[in-house]
This record gives sequence, C-alpha cells and structure tokens, in this order.
Amino acid sequence: MTQEEIISKINEFLVEEFEVDAEKIIPTSNLRETLDLDSLDYVDLVVIIESNFGFKVVAEDFINIHTFQDFYDYVNRKVAEKATA
Amino acid sequence: MNNRVVITGLGIWGCLGKNLDEVKESLYTGKSGIGMDMERKAWGYRSGLTGIVEAPQLKGLLDRRARVGLSEEAEYAYMATIEAMKNAKMEMDWVEKNEVGILYGNDSSAKAVSEAIDTIRAKKDTTLLGSGSIFQSMNCTVTMNLSTIFKLKGINFTISAACASGSHSIGLGYLMIKWGLQKHIICGGAQEVNPFAFGSFDGLSAFSIRENDPTKASRPFDRDRDGLVPSGGAATVILEDYESAVKRGAPILAEVIGYGFSSNGDHISNSNVDGQVRSLNMALDGAGIKAADIDYINAHATSTPGGDRTEAQAIDMVFGETRPLVSSTKSMTGHECWMAGASEIVYSMLMMQNNFVAPNINFENPDEASAKLNIATKTTEKNIDVFLSNSFGFGGTNSSLIVKKIK
Repeated sequence: MTQEEIISKINEFLVEEFEVDAEKIIPTSNLRETLDLDSLDYVDLVVIIESNFGFKVVAEDFINIHTFQDFYDYVNRKVAEKATA
Repeated sequence: MNNRVVITGLGIWGCLGKNLDEVKESLYTGKSGIGMDMERKAWGYRSGLTGIVEAPQLKGLLDRRARVGLSEEAEYAYMATIEAMKNAKMEMDWVEKNEVGILYGNDSSAKAVSEAIDTIRAKKDTTLLGSGSIFQSMNCTVTMNLSTIFKLKGINFTISAACASGSHSIGLGYLMIKWGLQKHIICGGAQEVNPFAFGSFDGLSAFSIRENDPTKASRPFDRDRDGLVPSGGAATVILEDYESAVKRGAPILAEVIGYGFSSNGDHISNSNVDGQVRSLNMALDGAGIKAADIDYINAHATSTPGGDRTEAQAIDMVFGETRPLVSSTKSMTGHECWMAGASEIVYSMLMMQNNFVAPNINFENPDEASAKLNIATKTTEKNIDVFLSNSFGFGGTNSSLIVKKIK
C-alpha cells in the first residue's frame, strides 16, 4: 500500500465514520479539534484502524499525534513495520 | 398529593407501521404485521415467525456519537419518542429548561451482548468492541441513550418486568406524577427483533409453528391457537401533570386514572387467575370506577393455549356481568414483549381517538373460556370513554392500566 493510498483510505473513513467535511481535512490541522474527538471517539478510532490496516493502536501512541499529517505518518510507519515483520 | 395525570404525546415504530397514522390504518383494517425470518430457521429455531419491523435510518437524524450507543431497540425507541415529543409539542429548548424524566420498559439487549462476546472471542481484545458496545448492551440502553440525546433532567431509569415492562413504565410514571414527584415523564417500551433475542423463548416451544400461513399464526383466544409470534419495536407515551400540561399548551389526549399491579406468587411461566384478578380490581378501585364503566379491554392474550385461557377466566370473573368488548391486538402485531404494555396503550388510544375497536383477527372458534368473553371479531365502530389494558409477564408480574377520555 503506497503512502497516497493510506492517506486516501484514512480520509475516506474519517469522512464516512466521523462525518467530517472532506475540505476540513488539512494535513497541518489539529486532528482532535477538527474531528471534535472525545475519549470515547479514540476507542472507535482504534477499531477503525484495526479493521482498515490490521494493526492495533495502543492508547499511548495517540500522545504524539497532533495533526492529520502526524496521523498519516504514524499509520504509514506502522503499516511499513507490519509489512517487514 | 393527588395530581391528575394526562397523556400528551404518543409515538410508535413497529410491525403495523412506522408512525401513528400507519398504525391506525393497520388497526382499522385488521392488517397483520407477521412474516417469516428464514435466518431463524438456519439458526435452528423451531419457528421462524416474527413481526416484521423495518430498521430506522438514523444517519442525518443523529450525529455519530449519539448513534453508536444505540442498540436496535433503542433506535426504535428514539423514532417512537421523536414522534411522541413532536405531537406533545415538546420542543428541545423547552425540554432543556424543564425537569422531564424517562421511565422506559426494556428487558434485554441480546444482540448487542452476543455480538460483543463474539468479537471478544474472535479478537481477544476488548478495545475492539468500540465505544458504543457498553451503551448498547445494558438493559437500560433506551433510557441511558434517550436521556442523553434529549438532555433530560428528571427521573431516569429502566423498568425490567418481562412482558409487562412497558405497562409498568406507564404505571410508575402515573404514580410519580400523581404523587407530585415529577411533572413530565417520557414512558414507553422497547423490544429488539432479531434471532439473538428469542432463541431461549423459542426453546420453550412457546411459539406458533403455523409457518405456512404467517398472518394466521397469531390467534389469541381462538380454539386452534398453537403459540405466540414474537415481535417488537417501540412505543412512547408521554405523561404529564394536568395543570402543567395545560399551562404549557400541550394537547391533552386522555387521562390515566388507574394502575393495578400484582405478583402471582406462583409458577415462573404459567399465568394465574387470582393474580390477574387482583391486578384488575386494584386498577378499578384506584380509578374509583366500576367494571361497568369499562368500554373496551385490550387483552394481554398472546395466543398461547394456557395464557389466553387464564386471562379469559380472569376477565370473565371481573367483567362477566357487563361483558365489555375485548380484543387482543397481538392477533395483528404478535407479542411485542417488553414493548407490548406501552404499544397497547398507543393502539387503544388510537381506537379511542377514532371511535373504533380493532378486531381480534383470526378468532374463528372460541374455546370454553373465551366463549364467555365479548370478543371483537371485526372492526367495530364504537365510542370509547374508558379502556383497560392488561399486561402479564414471566415471574407472575401483572399490570393493568385504565385510561379515560378527556371531555
């Protein structure tokens, strides 16, 4: 899966599952504020990532994810790790 | 205190329709809501008969956070409640500024629980259940979700009393308002309709197996009945203190005047004449009326051989001299279980408002007990001033409600 494909897939489920307007998804924007995430929403984000990319996010990983770009980079890294494992 | 308690809003989502107008039409024309669910047969059910209830489309009506916590029955309850609040003229800004409560009947959320356990077993990871599972899985799924969605600030809990849950919710709401403890309460009953929910009930051989003719399968009081047909959905009945309802300009639809209840103190699944008679008499005594004042009885009768016989005997014992019209709307709906006590108040209210008694369809031949009742075999044009609705449940829990027309 290329980086572009990963980004496209993430944006697709954020629009579909979290009902955010596609135009509000800007790489430099804050993920939590844009999606209006509360602690329960993070649980659902874990489920969606697992079902789309096949890996489990641990809660601590979210600490360093601030922007959409951080999120893309994180998923990209985990997918790459999984591919080489 | 002894406040008058009135009904100001009604709403319904079930197998006879998705709103009051559709349901009224079905009741008037004697239309059955029963069909077959072949998935149940694949699961090993003895009977695939069920009420056919459409799934609501909530996307666009509710945001994601509100939707993910809703179980199937809570979705039905949401739809019934927005209809009831609309016709009660309860706007959200008014609700937020006043103490509105919720008492709703529900006694299972089997699908949500089963799917969660399946996920845990498959994934070995509880986080992967998602955030909504807990709010879907608890018996109070309806009240916890609706109280949040509608920002309710009054009393808030679920009544679990088997097939009398919906009726007791209205009875308890009635007492809370009568005694001055609350002014506005959203009451009702909800019942999930899926293969997870009814397997254990099917296992008791309690369901009709007249699968070759689904609309004829539910036949309360008929000599040839062979069991009930499970069904569901949700019904909402908004109760208010009369003075407060008038003050806020709410439509006054009818007055709840009696609530009788009892426990059989007997068998866990078999019904009992004495327990039912005590419930009926308590309702009449509380209402301060005589048996002769009841114009119509909406029977609990589910189409089981034993249950219908017991209720016919109990009704005959109390109403034998006056013989009011009796029908079981379960002949059309099937047994809506936790929802039934509330939906049958909605059905009876629709009859009262439109001057008819809905037929007990499929009643072709009486048995010895039902021969003593005045059963409406076809739609009967009739003015109803006062009706009584029975609900009885496993464990011997009985509830009888009496509702009077406002003049």
